[in-house]
Amino acid sequence: MLGEAIIKGLAVTAKNFFGSYVSKERLPTIQYPEARQALAERVRNFPFLVYDGGDWEKGLRCVACQICEKECPPKCIYIKRSSAKKPNAMGRAQFYPVVFDIDTSVCMGCQICVEVCPFDSIKMNNEFELCNSDRFGALLLHKQQLARSSEYYHQLHPGEAAEADARLAVEKARMEARAKAKMAAGSGSAQKKGPA
Amino acid sequence: MADTLDQLFVSLKHWLVAWFPPAWQPLISVVVIVGAILTVFGSLFSVATVFERKGLGRIQNRYGPNRVGIPFTKISLFGFGQPIADGLKALIKEDFVPHAADQVVHFLAPIAMLAPITLMFAVLPCGRNMTALDLDAGLLYFFAVGAGAELAVFMAGWSSRNKYSLLGAMRGIAQMISYEVPLILSAVAVVMMVGSLSLVKIVEAQAGYSGWLPHWHVFTPWGFAGCLLFLTAAAAESNRSPFDLPEGESEIVAGYFLEYSGFKFAIFFMAEYFGMFAAGGLAATLFFGGYYAPAPWLAWIPTWAWFIAKTMAWIFVLIWIRGTVPRLRQDQLMNFAWKFIVPLALINIVTTAVWHFMRAQPAPARWAVCALLVAGPYVLLGRGLLANKKIEKRTYRLAD
Repeated sequence: MLGEAIIKGLAVTAKNFFGSYVSKERLPTIQYPEARQALAERVRNFPFLVYDGGDWEKGLRCVACQICEKECPPKCIYIKRSSAKKPNAMGRAQFYPVVFDIDTSVCMGCQICVEVCPFDSIKMNNEFELCNSDRFGALLLHKQQLARSSEYYHQLHPGEAAEADARLAVEKARMEARAKAKMAAGSGSAQKKGPA
Repeated sequence: MADTLDQLFVSLKHWLVAWFPPAWQPLISVVVIVGAILTVFGSLFSVATVFERKGLGRIQNRYGPNRVGIPFTKISLFGFGQPIADGLKALIKEDFVPHAADQVVHFLAPIAMLAPITLMFAVLPCGRNMTALDLDAGLLYFFAVGAGAELAVFMAGWSSRNKYSLLGAMRGIAQMISYEVPLILSAVAVVMMVGSLSLVKIVEAQAGYSGWLPHWHVFTPWGFAGCLLFLTAAAAESNRSPFDLPEGESEIVAGYFLEYSGFKFAIFFMAEYFGMFAAGGLAATLFFGGYYAPAPWLAWIPTWAWFIAKTMAWIFVLIWIRGTVPRLRQDQLMNFAWKFIVPLALINIVTTAVWHFMRAQPAPARWAVCALLVAGPYVLLGRGLLANKKIEKRTYRLAD
């Protein structure tokens, strides 16, 4: 009959209207600044730099190899390598970035820098509340703003961070073994030299 | 006590007017009444916009506006600060007039829209002894003044020099004139029964109760049909969904008020809501017992509160319908008006006459005959309209 469908429709909307007051399912909105949705582990936005240990400046894993700078498609990374080496968190003398800037107004979050980094030192962050009233200076993130501790990285991407740490540990062990072998070889030759 | 509360505003006005010299009193009285009407319906308008947005939100499973509250505090007032923010925004926005527009007509159109619609409130009995202008031909005045808004729609559309505005205005004119006919025809039934065009007399005719049932016109077969016809036509008159073709956001951007910004746009918006209030108030007056309480034991609540409640109930129904029914097409709209609503309204006049002349007959016979007269044409016309429709797969002719 004419008008039947309208009445059915009105019933549906009325059900939704009153249902929204009693049922959580009918009102799935999360009231954002007060309540937040838990972000998925793979959520990514802009990169950050990982550091080990307590001091962000000393512990930066970055050795300023500039691969990420060269690979970055929109060219949003700017690195200035140090002229002299400095011991990093592992105690090895390394170059370090004097300047490491990422222009977040240019960055497209493609994660290519993360994939090419051989030192597991640049990772993707999930911070998204970066809006600012200064559209020039404040969108350019400097080294200090980019630095995050490896604990933060663990908390952000637990699986991935463990993997990276394992890789780093293997690397470290290899380095130590090599150093030991070198030392042993050095002392061996010294010993050899000694009697001669 | 109840009577004091009921007559609170009337005595307040008398008290205010008494302060002035006798020669001034008629003028002051008018000013006070006009001020009261504008304040009350203006604030109802601002509240209704929030209710509309929240209601539609809830229907669509989301919160509506619930943020704006008192500035510089964390108090959100459930979003009821929104109209203040909206008003400020409308005031601050640039008032843009297109270069090619007819400046004078473009400027006058919003005023020409709001003025007649505001005048419609003059004859509405907003409570006992609370009619601003108790005309003997109140209903006639109401429709006569309300028809002025159609001119404003066309003024706005034509003067904007914009094809969408013009299309919206054309649609608006076609729709408003078409639906004016059933609107008035369904009101005629009430006039026939009451024997007066005075809205106060129409309300008084609905006083009293048989048992728990009030003597409202809606509780008679002709009144029920008339009420539905009136509400449908009134929704179309006030350009409300599903009859919002003159605005038609998805097709013609905003229709006749497309080229309006800032407060002129707000005035059009206000006029639309005022039109809804006026239509709701008239529907309450004609069919829902005006300012009378729906049950004898509720009579202690002031009459003006009942009038406002009934008007707002109509607004809620409109919001509900807006959240439910999609917009009609122009030809569907016209077919619906001329092939369905107008014939039914004409038949309803006959039903009213039958109801009137069968008053000596026993009630069941009277009810049966009139109910048949209402339901029969509805079903037959509905069937007939659908039967003649050939619903087939639509073929699209694209421009080459």
